[in-house]
Amino acid sequence: MLAFITRNVLQRILLLVIVSIMAHSVIHLAPGEPSQVDPANPRMKPEDIARIRAAFHLDDPLYLQYVYWVKDLYSGELKSFKDNQPVLPKIWGRFLNSLPLFICATLLVWTFAFPTGIHSAIRRGSVYDRSSTFVAYALISLPGFFLSYIMVLWVVEVFGVPVIGMKTFGIEGAQPVFRLMDRIWHLVIPSLMSAILGVAVLSRYVRSQMLEVIGQDYVRTARAKGLEEDTVIYRHALRNGLLPFVTMFGLLLPGLIGGSVIFEQIFAWPGLGRLGYEAILARDFPVILTINFIAAVLTLAGTLLSDILYAVVDPRIRLQ
Amino acid sequence: MNNQTIDTAQEMHEEPLLPHETPWEEFVRIFQKDRIAVAGCVILACLFVAAMAGKVLTEWVIVFDTEIVRLPDKFSPPLSFPSDEVVALDIQPTFGVYVFGTDELGRDVFARMLQGAFVSLSIGFIAVGISVFIGILLGGLSGFYGKMKLGFMTVDTLIMRFTDVMLCFPTFFLILTVVALLPPSIYNIMIVIGLTSWMGTARFVRAEFLSLREQDFVIAAQALGIPERRIIFRHMVPNAIAPVLVSATIGVAGAILTESALSFLGFGVQPPYATWGNILSDGKGFIFDAPWLFFIPGFAIFVVVLAFNLVGEGLREALNPKLRSR
Repeated sequence: MLAFITRNVLQRILLLVIVSIMAHSVIHLAPGEPSQVDPANPRMKPEDIARIRAAFHLDDPLYLQYVYWVKDLYSGELKSFKDNQPVLPKIWGRFLNSLPLFICATLLVWTFAFPTGIHSAIRRGSVYDRSSTFVAYALISLPGFFLSYIMVLWVVEVFGVPVIGMKTFGIEGAQPVFRLMDRIWHLVIPSLMSAILGVAVLSRYVRSQMLEVIGQDYVRTARAKGLEEDTVIYRHALRNGLLPFVTMFGLLLPGLIGGSVIFEQIFAWPGLGRLGYEAILARDFPVILTINFIAAVLTLAGTLLSDILYAVVDPRIRLQ
Repeated sequence: MNNQTIDTAQEMHEEPLLPHETPWEEFVRIFQKDRIAVAGCVILACLFVAAMAGKVLTEWVIVFDTEIVRLPDKFSPPLSFPSDEVVALDIQPTFGVYVFGTDELGRDVFARMLQGAFVSLSIGFIAVGISVFIGILLGGLSGFYGKMKLGFMTVDTLIMRFTDVMLCFPTFFLILTVVALLPPSIYNIMIVIGLTSWMGTARFVRAEFLSLREQDFVIAAQALGIPERRIIFRHMVPNAIAPVLVSATIGVAGAILTESALSFLGFGVQPPYATWGNILSDGKGFIFDAPWLFFIPGFAIFVVVLAFNLVGEGLREALNPKLRSR
């Protein structure tokens, strides 16, 4: 077990280096530079551009720029091109904003997807199964922002739920209780909208997984023993059906960054995805690269975690 | 009477000897049972006709002009008639009616939707074509020549580690980064979506190839001295294609959605090309004044993506060997 983990961690660190080198070269080789973002600015003289390029090491060869980036990231001195703020605290702040959204959305996904999926697997072919299948496909097929816009129109009219930002403007002076409630109130719609796609996708997985398990011999044995249907489904079938979802838990981690750009943009949520989007617009290379790097770290950590979890919950699997 | 009995007896005797049905007939029979998937197929057929018509009628033989600006008629609701006094006769819409209304410049939304059908569809197909090509190539190499050594690592290790590297990038963020940094062009969007979505296909194909390589017909083909190229492309690829076909169908849906998401963020296909994605994202600004600018493209994307997804699911069921015997 320990040997497995050590070897995998080492392999993944090597992967991480390759990923970061690739990301670095993609971004630096692509046309467009921070000094060219605002070409119409009359105050930008050639000597200013030259000074900016020198300050950002943009005139050095690529491998040197990579070394600078790694060195600065390691020492925590990496600065944003845009506002010269240190990158890591900036990302950390945005990460803390994204986290509640991510947690709420994930909880919603898992609480709704499982009952829906299990139910439609048990009653395969019923009206419920077919309609929930259709609804799931409909939700998968809607462009995320289209549905969100319709939802926003409707929700603001009917319930008056806030849909912009993380807190009401000027709430800072209020009681902590009110501030907390305000925060939660603002979370409702964004987390619901980012959860919908997940519910649709995951409930399909749950359904097919349950169908597979229900056809197994041990389920038939359990039925033959005369156990109650609930015991058969929830004790014997569900527990075995859950195995692959343990691995999915690890794969959720990278969703923290990639999946949120659109929704954070719609709901003006100052999170990590939006930071990435702004950084891309401003050609803020250090921020883009660092977010990419963190995403890669999360992905690799997630896959490692899921491998280990799988071995822990499924005794049939031995890690060598 | 007697003859008849003999005939039926003969039939009963002969029937099992005849081949029941070809794989294609079997596939069609199972697929037809799935009414939703068949409905999806019909919708897709209509879409192809619309897209072809869109290409022909808006660019080659201009029947529906997408570029005429009629400011007096801006924001006309669907099925409204042009105001004859101000709009000159030669720039009147075809059939004398704005079927889907007009946008903020008085352009005919129906014509733009027709044009967009072709562009959106070609983005989906070319992106998926690229990703399937790379996926089959890398997956096939890794599955067939996997044991070959390249220096210190095998071909399989090399390709699969590269796949892992690509899976480490958050896909949408990567697409966004590259599309934003490259000069805006419809081809860049197709290529970038294609280059970032081949990993699943590569893994399927590799797994299929690994199991196919051990099977008797491949060993027999090798024993017959058939060249490797022929074994791979004539014998193995057709057998490995089923899951690829399913994921490609669903991939087209995904690519259309990705394009609309990019358009929403302002990195989609740039004017003068109309795609459903950018009509939708332009329309979101007029959701109160001209809701049709938002709902028509949104609904069109929804229906088409749904059709692709349902057809993909129908294919998955029909091509699944576990369901074959039923």
